[in-house]
Amino acid sequence: MTSDPAAAPHDSAHAPDGHRAINSIRPLAIDPLLDDPETRIVVCCGAGGVGKTTTAAALGLRAAERGRKVVVLTIDPARRLAQSMGIDSLDNTPRRVKGVEDRRESSPDDSPDDSADDSAEDGGRRAGGELHAMMLDMKRTFDEIVEAHADPDRASAILSNPFYQSLSAGFAGTQEYMAMEKLGQLRSRDEWDLIIVDTPPSRSALDFLDAPKRLGSFLDGKLIRVLLAPAKVGGRAGMKFLNVGMSMMTGALGKLLGGQLLKDVQTFVAAMDSMFGGFRTRADATYKLLQAPGTAFLVVAAPERDALREAAYFVERLAAEDMPLAGLVLNRVHGSGAAQLSAERALAAAENLDEPRIVDQMDGKAVRNSPETSGSSESPASTGAQDGSPAPDRAVERLTAGLLRLHAERMRLLSRERRTRDRFTALHPEVAVAEVAALPGDVHDLAGLRDIGDRLATVRPELPTTDD
Amino acid sequence: MSRLQVVSGKGGTGKTTVAAALALALATEGKRTLLVEVEGRQGIAQLFETEALPYEERKIAVAPGGGEVYALAIDPELALLDYLQMFYKLGGAGRALKKLGAIDFATTIAPGLRDVLLTGKACEAVRRKEKSGRYTYDYVVMDAPPTGRITRFLNVNDEVAGLAKIGPIHNQAQAVMRVLKSPETAVHLVTLLEEMPVQETADGIAELRAAKLPVGRIIVNMVRPELLDFDELELARAVPRTAVAKSLSTAGLGGARRGGNAERLVEPLLAQAEEYAERYTLEHEQRGVLGELGLPLHELPLLAEGMDLAGLYELATELRQQGIS
Repeated sequence: MTSDPAAAPHDSAHAPDGHRAINSIRPLAIDPLLDDPETRIVVCCGAGGVGKTTTAAALGLRAAERGRKVVVLTIDPARRLAQSMGIDSLDNTPRRVKGVEDRRESSPDDSPDDSADDSAEDGGRRAGGELHAMMLDMKRTFDEIVEAHADPDRASAILSNPFYQSLSAGFAGTQEYMAMEKLGQLRSRDEWDLIIVDTPPSRSALDFLDAPKRLGSFLDGKLIRVLLAPAKVGGRAGMKFLNVGMSMMTGALGKLLGGQLLKDVQTFVAAMDSMFGGFRTRADATYKLLQAPGTAFLVVAAPERDALREAAYFVERLAAEDMPLAGLVLNRVHGSGAAQLSAERALAAAENLDEPRIVDQMDGKAVRNSPETSGSSESPASTGAQDGSPAPDRAVERLTAGLLRLHAERMRLLSRERRTRDRFTALHPEVAVAEVAALPGDVHDLAGLRDIGDRLATVRPELPTTDD
Repeated sequence: MSRLQVVSGKGGTGKTTVAAALALALATEGKRTLLVEVEGRQGIAQLFETEALPYEERKIAVAPGGGEVYALAIDPELALLDYLQMFYKLGGAGRALKKLGAIDFATTIAPGLRDVLLTGKACEAVRRKEKSGRYTYDYVVMDAPPTGRITRFLNVNDEVAGLAKIGPIHNQAQAVMRVLKSPETAVHLVTLLEEMPVQETADGIAELRAAKLPVGRIIVNMVRPELLDFDELELARAVPRTAVAKSLSTAGLGGARRGGNAERLVEPLLAQAEEYAERYTLEHEQRGVLGELGLPLHELPLLAEGMDLAGLYELATELRQQGIS
């Protein structure tokens, strides 16, 4: 019986070669990013369902516990996540999160991999950190802008306009505009030294970058003048200003939208007219803020084909917009403590255990006499069906076969994840990657978020320590 | 059986995949289905491994038994121009409106209009008939926006009614709602056996029901195989390490003695079993939560090799066997 070491990855034909192939991946060091006082804004973007909001919250908690005064702007957090921060219903105002600990110095479970950064350590210099969290309320944010920038009469005219009410309640793009607006507000309040932003689950996911431009092109467009014209001149002699083409436009618009809606839109645009300039100035300022050196974008993904394809698109898009990308956070990455045993070998071994008689013969002696297992367990009810030897060790063998199948599944998942990730890193070798080991369950409390923060900051063993 | 099948779900649950598999599954025995994409992500093209879909109904797959699957990626802008042309012969004016920015306004900024156009196009495909009097498509399957936005998306009438009280947009919205709120439509929700997607599914169903939109089925996607049952997980907790080491050795994985190759596998394997047990319990709970929602429940397996075209056909067969078509 040649029971060769289960180790030796190169002897099994299809051992995941990820171990070797990933040498080119640049590890993303989260802690230096969070600790750097120059880092003022971190934007988490990525496709839906990759754990973007959770990542934002975990980063916020970690930064706060490392001494920074942080506010996390979430867009649409799951109830559980809001609860995990001890806030049952987040609203449009930042609320302080309780239970934030100071883990700057004596934290025992800080990853040892960080020792390289000790020189940059500046713990103790800052005052204790704080974490604040809020959830973007589009309508509330929009209303506040109106209230702040229009006199009371005009404000109430806008707020009661049906077109405004529908627009502000969140259609195509409003969420993006308001996220930008809120970010600008938080930044200008200067109460926090780090703002972590979760981005809206947009249909094309980067719409928030387009928000200022789209608003700009709308405001600069002829449409707004067409819309404004009749309302402003009130249909008096000023109508002469409109050439035939324009009146045909309003005619067509009226036909399309219905006369009353057109009138609502016109009234709305007229009422908002004085504020539009401010909108655009602020949106432009926020856009520039995003390009500034104090901003870091993190693209969040899971090691799945679709999520990483989206991530690649984000990386390219951010580069095109001159937005500073810090790196990729790869959530829910699986590992195995027994990676030396390949899926194929595990399955073959499991099959050996399924055929007990053959194994018994090969082994030469009856396994069922094994003293360790006697009485330790009952065999499951279903066992005795065909074999008629429901000895406890049979149960152990069945369990072992199950363990091996479970392991084979894990190894397949692992190599699939590696392949997917390597495809991404081959295309974008410049992007630093932080891998976050998968959790078996969901996050329920600060301890869970802290755990994710630790996983984020740990340079995983699969990754080489900084080479380049 | 409803002719308009709307598929929604939390982001990351694979709703595009399920919608595509459903379109394939429904295309049995010479039936023809139309798979509609409304979010401009070209997910269908990627799934069927074809080039990006234009705004045009195009055959993308043949189902076993001769059925056909057509696909359409609805572009709201083109849909609006289409619509203007169809109802108002506004061809020239349409172009002028576009130049003016009005089309952009109507399709991206103006509230609700975009959704009227998207749902309107899908409903038009549902009602369309051939000269022979037979429906052009036996089924229309829509890859819809995610659960968080589905009710609002489908409930265009409520949104638009407050805005456009008369006029063509108003009429169009009314016509769309007549289809969407009838038994002609069924809204399916895709979920995973995880807390957040299940919670979102429950919330989504409550919202859909409150809006009187017809809820169809719950489809649990990416269900992992059961590799260890309850008894085995119990045993894994109590079993002596040496016994497992011995078993592993028997299976041909090296020595069972301390430090032997088999022995060194024991701890990591049992740790994996422990993780599995935690997930097993969680999945069990989530199944329970889904069961209480009182809707037909279907499960689709996680494909070991990842999602590809062959996998899509596999899922379609699975759906057919579960009697979804």
